Amino acid sequence: MSVDTVLDIVAAGCLIAGALLCLAAGVALVRFPDLLSRMHASAKPQVLGLLLVLVGCGLRLRTGVDITTLVLVGLFQLATAPVAAHMVGRAAYPDEQIRTDLLLTDELAAHIDRITQDRQRGAAPT
Amino acid sequence: MSAESTVTQETIEQPNPPLTPRDRRRNKVTAVIGLIVIWVLLWGTLSWANILSGLVVALIVLAVFPLPPVKFSGRVRLLPSLRFVLRFCYDLVVASAEIAWLALRFGHTPRSAIIAVPLRVTSDLNLTLTAEALSLVPGSLILEVDRSTGTLYVHVINVRSREEVERFRRSVLELEARIVNAIGSPEERRRLAEPAPNTPSTAADVEGAAR
Repeated sequence: MSVDTVLDIVAAGCLIAGALLCLAAGVALVRFPDLLSRMHASAKPQVLGLLLVLVGCGLRLRTGVDITTLVLVGLFQLATAPVAAHMVGRAAYPDEQIRTDLLLTDELAAHIDRITQDRQRGAAPT
Repeated sequence: MSAESTVTQETIEQPNPPLTPRDRRRNKVTAVIGLIVIWVLLWGTLSWANILSGLVVALIVLAVFPLPPVKFSGRVRLLPSLRFVLRFCYDLVVASAEIAWLALRFGHTPRSAIIAVPLRVTSDLNLTLTAEALSLVPGSLILEVDRSTGTLYVHVINVRSREEVERFRRSVLELEARIVNAIGSPEERRRLAEPAPNTPSTAADVEGAAR
C-alpha cells in the first residue's frame, strides 16, 4: 500500500468522524433541556468535529497553501468558540431560559448583581 | 489609565500591575510577529513580499486597535507547555465524546450546576487562558468572570452529586496549575503551592438549589 493510499484512508476516517461529531452536536442542540446545556453542545463536539474535518481536508489536499489556511481556520475556531459560548451564556444567565430545577447548585446567584455593577462602573469612564 | 484605578490596583495585591516600557515594547514586538505569521499563513507562501506587506498591515492594525496591557511575566517552558497541549487534546476528545453520548441517550435529562472557582493567579492573561481552555474541556462552560477577585463562574453539565461538583472544582484548579506551570512567572508558580483560597460560603448554594 502506498503512502498516498494510507493518507487517503486516514483522511476519510477523520472526515467521517468529524461529520459524526457535528451530527451529535446538532442532535444535542435539539435534545438538551436548557440554553446552558446547549452551549456545551455547540462549544465542544462541534469544535472537535471541525478540527477533524480540517485534518481530513489537509491530509487529502497536501499542498502548503491549503494547509496554512486550514491551520488558521482551526486556530481561530479554538480561540473564538469559547468566547461565543460565554457571551451567549452571559446574556442568558439572569433570565428564565435556564432550568433552575436542574441545577444542583448555583454559586453565581449571590454574586451576579455585584459583578454587573462592577462592570458598569468599570465601563463608564472610558 | 485614571489615577483612581492606579490606586485601587496598588491596594489589592496587584494582580495586574502597570506595565514598564520594556514590557510594552516586548508586547508590541510579540503582537507584530504574531500578526505577520497570521498574514503569511493566510497567503500560504513564505516570501519577502508577504513578510513586508504583513509588517505594514501589522503596524496599521496595532495603531488602529491598540492592545490592552497584558502582563506576561513568565517565559514559555517547553515541557510543561507540551504537557498542557497533550492533556488539552485528550480533554477535548473526552469532552466531545461525553456530550455526544449525552445527546444520544434517551430518557435521561442531564443535571448541571453553576460553581464558583476562585483562581490563585488572578492576572488577566491567566484568567483568559484558563477560561478559554476550560470552555473546551469536559463538562464545563464559562458563564461569568469576576475580574476583581479572579473568580470564574463555571456551568458544569452532567453532575450527579455534591462530591462530583467538588471533584470538578479541583480539576479546574489543576487545569490552572498546568497553564501557570507552562507560562507563568516563578512568583506565580509559588502562589500555586500555597493552599487554595476559601471557596464561597455555602449559603449561596442553598439559595440556588432551593429555587
